Amino acid sequence: MSRDPIGLAMATMSRIASSSLVERMGLRPTIEKLTYQGTKSGFQALGAASRQFKSVTQLLRPERLEAPSQPKSQFDLTISEEQQMMRDSVRAFATEVLRPAASQSDVDCNLSPELLAQANELGLAYFAVPENLGGAATERSPVTSMLIAEDLAYGDMGLAVAILSSIGVANALTQWGTAAQQSRYLPAFLEENTLQAAIAVNEKRPLFNANELATVAVEQADGYQLDGAKTMVPLIDKAELFLVAASLNGKPRLFLVESGTEGVSIARKPNMGVRAAGMGDLALAQVRVGKDALLGDDDFDYEAFINMARLGWCSLALGTAQAVLDYAIPYCNERIAFGEPISHRQSVAFMIANIGIELNAMRLMTQRAVALAERGKPFAREAYLARVICADKAMEIGTNGVQLLGGHGFTKEHPVELWYRDLRAIAVMNGGLHL
Amino acid sequence: MYLELPKKLKVLGDMATNLSVEMLRPISRKYDLAEHEYPKELDLVASMLDGMNDGEGGAGVGADQSKQKKDENAGVRNGANMAACVGIQGFCWGDVGLLLTLPRQGLGNAAIGAVANAEQSKRFQGKWAAMAITEPGTGSDSANISTTAKQDGDYYVLNGEKIYVTAGSRADIIVVWATLDKSIGRAAIKSFAVERGTPGMEVTRLEHKLGIKASDTAAISFTDCRVHKSNLLGNPEIDTKKGFGGVMQTFDNTRPLVAAMAVGVAKAALDRTKELLQEHTLLDYSAPINSVSSAAAEIYRMEADWEAARLLTLQAAWMADNGKPNSMEASMAKAKAGRSCNAITLKCVELCAGLGYGEDELLEKWCRDSKILDIFEGTQQIQQLIVARRLLNLSSAELK
Repeated sequence: MSRDPIGLAMATMSRIASSSLVERMGLRPTIEKLTYQGTKSGFQALGAASRQFKSVTQLLRPERLEAPSQPKSQFDLTISEEQQMMRDSVRAFATEVLRPAASQSDVDCNLSPELLAQANELGLAYFAVPENLGGAATERSPVTSMLIAEDLAYGDMGLAVAILSSIGVANALTQWGTAAQQSRYLPAFLEENTLQAAIAVNEKRPLFNANELATVAVEQADGYQLDGAKTMVPLIDKAELFLVAASLNGKPRLFLVESGTEGVSIARKPNMGVRAAGMGDLALAQVRVGKDALLGDDDFDYEAFINMARLGWCSLALGTAQAVLDYAIPYCNERIAFGEPISHRQSVAFMIANIGIELNAMRLMTQRAVALAERGKPFAREAYLARVICADKAMEIGTNGVQLLGGHGFTKEHPVELWYRDLRAIAVMNGGLHL
Repeated sequence: MYLELPKKLKVLGDMATNLSVEMLRPISRKYDLAEHEYPKELDLVASMLDGMNDGEGGAGVGADQSKQKKDENAGVRNGANMAACVGIQGFCWGDVGLLLTLPRQGLGNAAIGAVANAEQSKRFQGKWAAMAITEPGTGSDSANISTTAKQDGDYYVLNGEKIYVTAGSRADIIVVWATLDKSIGRAAIKSFAVERGTPGMEVTRLEHKLGIKASDTAAISFTDCRVHKSNLLGNPEIDTKKGFGGVMQTFDNTRPLVAAMAVGVAKAALDRTKELLQEHTLLDYSAPINSVSSAAAEIYRMEADWEAARLLTLQAAWMADNGKPNSMEASMAKAKAGRSCNAITLKCVELCAGLGYGEDELLEKWCRDSKILDIFEGTQQIQQLIVARRLLNLSSAELK
């Protein structure tokens, strides 16, 4: 994996920086200056070399998946047997594979090829690609996607995003893509060398509003020209395909941009958390794409797209918040202070109770919105409110998770500081996922 | 998975809201001002509800709807517990004080529904039952009550003082908690149905309160009050293994109902505040919460908390309807709904400023009414204790 100049540069520099030789030789100021320069210039680099996309099967009409058949419309918190089986295997993968790899992946800002191969064995992409294009998807269930996202994030949020990023693009293509777009891209998600892809919505400015994009698409005779900059794009140096939100005639739309397109450049930009997702900045300078790069036709629904991402992040928050609770409980029961477990004190026990209460609330709010979306009913209000409560409460749970462990929680001996950093993303993120 | 109400419950909710608009809101302020005066208009409301309950097979608004009803249909049920929550929410959107003094729908009715035998259920049918647990020296620690019941032949002789008995001066029956032997503790606590007029039972005082003034809150004394043994609810034996379960299980059914009251009151305040702020806040559920006005952001946050409280309440009721143990979820619902309702009603007065604080609007009343919803049927802190003990797997001796 040598297509990672920034990572390489960073790794080299951090090795130099931590070397005692540096101290002895009095080199530290020089190296720090070097690092500053490097960051300032942004490590601009080309994106991952993209493959030649070929349409083996040429669809005449786009494939669209129906929601699973639903029992009668009544309040029902149960999930199907298939969903439970899926949950069991994803939860086991998250616990046995992702969680042990979380700390190192956070340091590396990377989902390792070995982990990616293991994740691919779950076959999640097959559930995003319709049967006619080689996949196994016969229906589209955002509820199932929500459960998977929650369970993956129970292992690690950053790795969950790295795994789900490409599937989000596939889901969007299945939901809105034209026949040509689906034929061109969807089979590649199933190839042995899986197509990695990412959704790019965020832009780097305070009070960012996904409805008011500074990235602009201008219609031209043979296609569109894109200009702008995106940030917090997952798999930034691995993605061969970006789904980019840009304003077209004043309205936000999505464009399929292959990483090798002229004018596309990327920079790894790790954030405080969700680092294993390998996020970074995407710059678009006079990028020219064809007519068929515009995702979908008149049926495209940007509001639903934004809300599905919000709900994706809410789902991740559920998994990570549950991890906090499940970690804090045995810790507080075992940690002795003043002669008894700290959990015997109400001030500690009530924090645990409130994590349980608010997490349950977050889960119900998210489930409600996703279940509405699955049935094709309006869900904008419910998604908005789920985001409001998850954004507030997930961070509260994250900070209380560290608080409950005290000084120990502040160190990397325990995962709660990682979860604290990850949970800060919930209120910040747009795009990146599509359930 | 689907978290919307079925059509029949939506219809029920609409009916309760309509009833609120037509019959409760018009007299809401009147009985807030005339504390201790019985709202005679409720007799009509109560007979209407009796009719609805008989006709609809349990789709009522009252607390006595909480009992488990066996449904022959297999599969997921949206049954009597959920219906009660939906009805109560709609009714309390009108006036929670009036709900609490609705004839034949008292918490004592819920207790009778939960633990009475067939003979008692029949004998007490159609009666209005209040619940007497709290004593001057015993609040949340209800296992510590000192009202005594001494057996004397076919009778029990009650002695002690009860306070905070909702509908205590109006109900036909007072369900009283008393101990057969205080030294044994929880297991010796039994509940007795004492009919009004029984010699030795006397209403000694009515409280003057912050809110829910339409509902009478009585102090009742028992002096050598003789109650026939057939009025003991549940098992007369002292079973130390079973402990407190018998009397406490009532709460698993009634806590979601009190949560539903809070959900209804909070909705009233939120709806009215949105109405009053219509020209000042655009609520399109689209712009990020940090890009809208401070007032709009407050409303979004309140609405999110309100929906969360509502869903937690429905979850607890749904679990009861489907035979799943819901003790923790019932407490979660009560904790979240109680505190959210109080916070929402207070914030609504703040947002509406002088309009909210004055008596021309009901907003100030709702924020006085809401306070009790975070106190009775287990305070916020008691609910948190229950949830924490369950999550941490600790006993009440370990987590005190």
